[in-house]
Amino acid sequence: MGYVAIADRDHEIEHHDPQTFITKYIWSQDHKVIAIQYGITAIFVGLIALGLSAMMRLQLGFPDSFSFITPENYYQFITMHGMIMVIYLLTALFLGGFGNYLIPLMCGSRDMVFPYLNMVSYWVYLLSVIILLASFFVTGGPTGAGWTLYPPQSIMPGTPGVDMGIILMLVSLAVFIVAFTMGGLNYVTTVLQARCRGMTLMRLPLSVWGIFIATVLGLLAFPALLVSAIMMLLDKTLATSFFMPAISSMGVDSGHTGGSPILFQHLFWFFGHPEVYIVALPAFGIVSDLLSTHARKNIFGYRMMVWAIIAIGGLSFVVWAHHMYVSGMNPYFGFFFATTTLIIAVPTALKVYNWVLTLWQGNIHLRVPMLFAIGFIFTFLHGGLTGLFLGNVTLDLPLSDTYFVVAHFHMVMGVSPVLVVFGAIYHWWPKITGKMYNEKLGKWHFWTTFLGTYAIYLPMHYLGFQGLPRRYFAMGNTDFMPASAQDLNAAITISALFVAAAQILFFINIIWSLKKGPKADPNPWDATTLEWQTPDTPPKHGNWGDELPVVHRWAYDYSVPGYKDDFIPQNVPAEVAPAGRDHGVEEH
Amino acid sequence: MEIGLIVLATMLIALLGWLLKSSFNTQPWIAGAVEESAHQAPFNAGSKLVGLTAFMAVVTSFFALTLSAYSLRMDFGDWVPLTEPQLLWANTGMLVLASMVFQWTRNAAVSGRTQQLKPGLLLAGLLTAAFLVGQLVAWQQLNASGHYITSNPANSFFYLLTGLHGLHILGGMFVWASATIRAFSGGDVKAIGRSVELCTIYWHFLLLVWIVLFGLLLST
Repeated sequence: MGYVAIADRDHEIEHHDPQTFITKYIWSQDHKVIAIQYGITAIFVGLIALGLSAMMRLQLGFPDSFSFITPENYYQFITMHGMIMVIYLLTALFLGGFGNYLIPLMCGSRDMVFPYLNMVSYWVYLLSVIILLASFFVTGGPTGAGWTLYPPQSIMPGTPGVDMGIILMLVSLAVFIVAFTMGGLNYVTTVLQARCRGMTLMRLPLSVWGIFIATVLGLLAFPALLVSAIMMLLDKTLATSFFMPAISSMGVDSGHTGGSPILFQHLFWFFGHPEVYIVALPAFGIVSDLLSTHARKNIFGYRMMVWAIIAIGGLSFVVWAHHMYVSGMNPYFGFFFATTTLIIAVPTALKVYNWVLTLWQGNIHLRVPMLFAIGFIFTFLHGGLTGLFLGNVTLDLPLSDTYFVVAHFHMVMGVSPVLVVFGAIYHWWPKITGKMYNEKLGKWHFWTTFLGTYAIYLPMHYLGFQGLPRRYFAMGNTDFMPASAQDLNAAITISALFVAAAQILFFINIIWSLKKGPKADPNPWDATTLEWQTPDTPPKHGNWGDELPVVHRWAYDYSVPGYKDDFIPQNVPAEVAPAGRDHGVEEH
Repeated sequence: MEIGLIVLATMLIALLGWLLKSSFNTQPWIAGAVEESAHQAPFNAGSKLVGLTAFMAVVTSFFALTLSAYSLRMDFGDWVPLTEPQLLWANTGMLVLASMVFQWTRNAAVSGRTQQLKPGLLLAGLLTAAFLVGQLVAWQQLNASGHYITSNPANSFFYLLTGLHGLHILGGMFVWASATIRAFSGGDVKAIGRSVELCTIYWHFLLLVWIVLFGLLLST
C-alpha cells in the first residue's frame, strides 16, 4: 500500500521539460522558478515600502522641511509601508519564496504536488501586488487608514484615500489571500505527501517544520482577514453596517446603523496575531539550520525545537486580543490574554536557549549567513523582551500609543525576520544561482545593517518611555517632551537613511555575483540537508536527475565522532557512516 | 469569537496532536532505515484528497469565523430577525439530491459501471445549478418584499452567508465542469472517477456547511 501514493505522485508531476524561454521562466511550473519569481516581486515591493519609511523618517526627523510630505501623505506612507512589509514582503517571501524553493528540495521531491496551482498562485499574487500599487495612482491616492484599517475611520470622509484607495486595498488583500491559499495548500500537501523514502517527519530540517506550521497558521488565519475585508468592502460600497456604527460626519448622517468597530478588531487580530508567527516561524526554522550548519554542530534539542514550533503555532490563536487592551475590554478578558501571551514566551525562550546552546562548543564559522543568524538572536531577544512589557495590560495601556511599541514590533517582526531573509539568501545563493557572492561585501552589509538598525530602534524605546506618541505627523510643542527628543528623532532618521542606503551593498553583491562571481561548489558549506546533494547546481527541472534520494538520517549529523568528515549528508546510508547514536544520547 | 475559536481549536488539535504523536517516541538522531510508510501522510490518502482536505479546513475556518462575526453582531440592538423565504427549503432539497446523485455516480465509478458516469454527472450538475438559481430567486423575493441588504444587519448577513456559500459551490462547479467535459469527450475513465470522488466529498461538505448555515439562519 505504501507505494500507491508514490506512484500516484510521480504520475501527478510527470510533465514535459519546459522548452521555450516563456515556459521555462515566465509561465513556469517549476517550484524553483516560481520561488525566484515570488522572491523578486516581494523584494521589489519591499523596496517601495522601504522608500516610504524613509519619507516618514524625513518628516519625523526634520519636520516642516519637506513640502511634498503632507499629513495625508504621511498616513498613506504609514499604511502602505506596514501592509506591504508584513503581508506582501515577509509573508510572500518566506512562504512563497523560501517555502517554494526549500520544501521540495529539502523533502526530496521533484516538485510541489500541484505545480499548475503553484504557478497560478504566483500570478494571482502578482495581481494583488499590482492592485495594491495601482492605489498610488487613483484619485485620492492609497488609503491612509493605518495598516490595521480600523473602521470607522478607514471608510469615513477625512481619511486619505477613502474613495478608491481603501477599496483597492481590500480587494488586493482578498486577492492575496486567494493566492496564498493556493500556494499554502501546495506547501502543506507536499510536506505531508511528497517526502522521499526514509524522510520521516522527525528527520525534516527545522526550516521545513517552520514553513509547514506557518503555512498551516496562514491557511487557518487568513480567512479571518478575508471575512473582514469582504464585510468592510460591503460597508464601504453598499453601505451595510457590519462594522459601521450610527455616525454623522460634519453634520451629515452616514446612513449606517449600530455596527461594531470592535468586531472588526477581533477579526483583524484573529488573523493579525497568527500573522506574526506566520512570519516568525519560518525565520525560526531557517535560523536553526543556519546556526547548526555554520557551527558544525547538531541543533540542540531537535525534538524540543519541533514541539516548540508546534506549541507556538497552537498558542498563537489564543493571544489575539493583546493587541486590543486599549479597546476598553473587560479586565478579566485582558487578564486571560495577558496570561496566554506570557505563556507563549515559554516555547519561544526555549528556542532561544537552544540556539545559544547550539553555538556552545560549536566550531563556529563566522560566514555571512552565520553573522545574520547570530544577529537575529540578538534582535529577536530584544524584541521579545519588550514584548513581555507590552503583554501585560497595566504596562501596555500607557505604552500602547508610544514609540515603545514601534520599537518593539520593528525589532521582533521587522528587523529579525529581515536579518533571516538576508542570512537565508546568502546561505542558499550558491545553490540558487551556482555562483558565490563576495564575502567581504556581505560582511559590510551585515555590520551596517545590524548596527544601523540598533541605532534606529534602541533610542525609540527611550522616546516611548518618555511618552512620545506614535502615529503623529508632527509633534508640535509639548510640555512633556524635552527638546532633545527632537534631536534624537533627527539622529534616528539619519541612521534610518544610512541603513536604507546600506542595502545597496546587497544589490551590488548580487549583481557582481551574477556577472563575475566564481562558480559555486555544489555544497560550499558542507551541509547535510538534501538540497545540497542535488546532482546539478543550480538544480535542474525535476531536481534529482533519474533517481529520487533515499534518506537514512536526520538533518543534523555534524561533527559525528569517528567519522572522517564533520558532516554526513542525509542520504548517506547508516552502514557507510555508522555512529550518531552515542553522540546523540550525549546531547540529549 | 467562541465559535471560530472552538472550530479552529478542534482542527488544530487534530493536526498538531497527530504531529506530536508521530514525533513523541522518535529518536531522530539515530541513523538507519525506517519502515516504508514513514514518509506518508496518515490514512494513505492520495495527494489530491489531502489537498482537498486542507482546503475544506480553510473553508471551515472561513465560515466559522463568519459565523463568529454573526453571533457577535447579533447581540447589538439594531438586529431585527429575518424571516427566510420558504423557497430555501426547496433549495436545500436540491442540494441534498445533488449530493446523493454525486454519491451514486461515485459508487458507480468505483465499481466500474462507467456508463452511469455521464447521466450521473449531468444530473448532479443540474441539481446544483437548480440550487444556485433557487438561491438567486430567494434573493429576488427578499428584495421584492423590501428586505434589502442594507435594511438590517440580519439581512446583510443573510446575503453575505448565502452569497459566500454559493461562491464556494460555484468553485466546485469548475471541477464538475472539467470532469463532465472529459466524460463526454471520452477522457480517461479512471481519472474522471477520481474527480467525481473529490467532487462528492466537496459536495457533501458544502451540504453540511449549508445545513449549519440554514439551521442558524432559521433559528435566529
